[in-house]
Amino acid sequence: MKKKELIFIIAILLIAFALWGGMFLMQNGNYASIRITIDGEEYGTYSLAEDQVISIGNTNVCEIKDGKVNMIEADCPDHLCMKQKAITDAGGTIVCLPNKVVIEGEKAAHSKDSSADFDAAT
Amino acid sequence: MRPHKIMNQKKIAYLGLFAAVAIIFGYVESLIPFFAGIPGIKLGLANLAVLFILEKYTWKEASVVSIVRIFVIGFLFGNLFSILYSLAGAALSLTVMTIMKKKSGFSILGISVAGGVSHNVGQLIVAAIIVENTSLLYYAPALLISGVVTGLIIGMLTREVLRRIRL
Repeated sequence: MKKKELIFIIAILLIAFALWGGMFLMQNGNYASIRITIDGEEYGTYSLAEDQVISIGNTNVCEIKDGKVNMIEADCPDHLCMKQKAITDAGGTIVCLPNKVVIEGEKAAHSKDSSADFDAAT
Repeated sequence: MRPHKIMNQKKIAYLGLFAAVAIIFGYVESLIPFFAGIPGIKLGLANLAVLFILEKYTWKEASVVSIVRIFVIGFLFGNLFSILYSLAGAALSLTVMTIMKKKSGFSILGISVAGGVSHNVGQLIVAAIIVENTSLLYYAPALLISGVVTGLIIGMLTREVLRRIRL
């Protein structure tokens, strides 16, 4: 391998680690709820503390159980969202690309709003 | 028959062959589950065929093989969305690899790494646009690193294939 190729590869890896570090610091915190968006529009916010099964539109179903969020149903053929890592109190994101559904962890500061949303939803 | 015409027929046969190889690679890859709970991380085996064609011919032949592969794989195992993501990734990656090949003086390894990384970046950008959510950028570091790793592996494989197969 040539020297400039090595520099190129190291540069990409450095960028990746810098991004990673930056996001780790920004996202570090206690996540108490999740926010679900469809096609960029907010669908709802739910507390991680409450075990529940949420139908997202007619396409996906996600489950909150023991503080972990997983997609348990999707009508798309690949079902990639169901295999993604669970969202926990350390945060995380689950994406279903064909249905444009995004579930992301929200920090504890929003927990008041989320419980209000939760009451409104039930 | 004139020599250049024979060459042309040979080329058409080879392009068909490599498109078929790329499609089979795509199928093999669809059997391998992705790693570490992160969507979009794949070995990119099909890029081996595309990279090989890019080295032997030009970006035009590589584009043809790439597009044929994406549509066949898409209709067989994917859906309209997977075709869209693949096209975005392939277009960016092929453009970057062509520029790298002409301008950078990189070997096949460096070209392959640039292709792998830009493929992932292209797909991530299209995905973020489609779901209209920037939280997808959370995956960027993992996709950058995996682009380097898979690019290196595919680059090494292509180098060995180029050494052994003479068209």
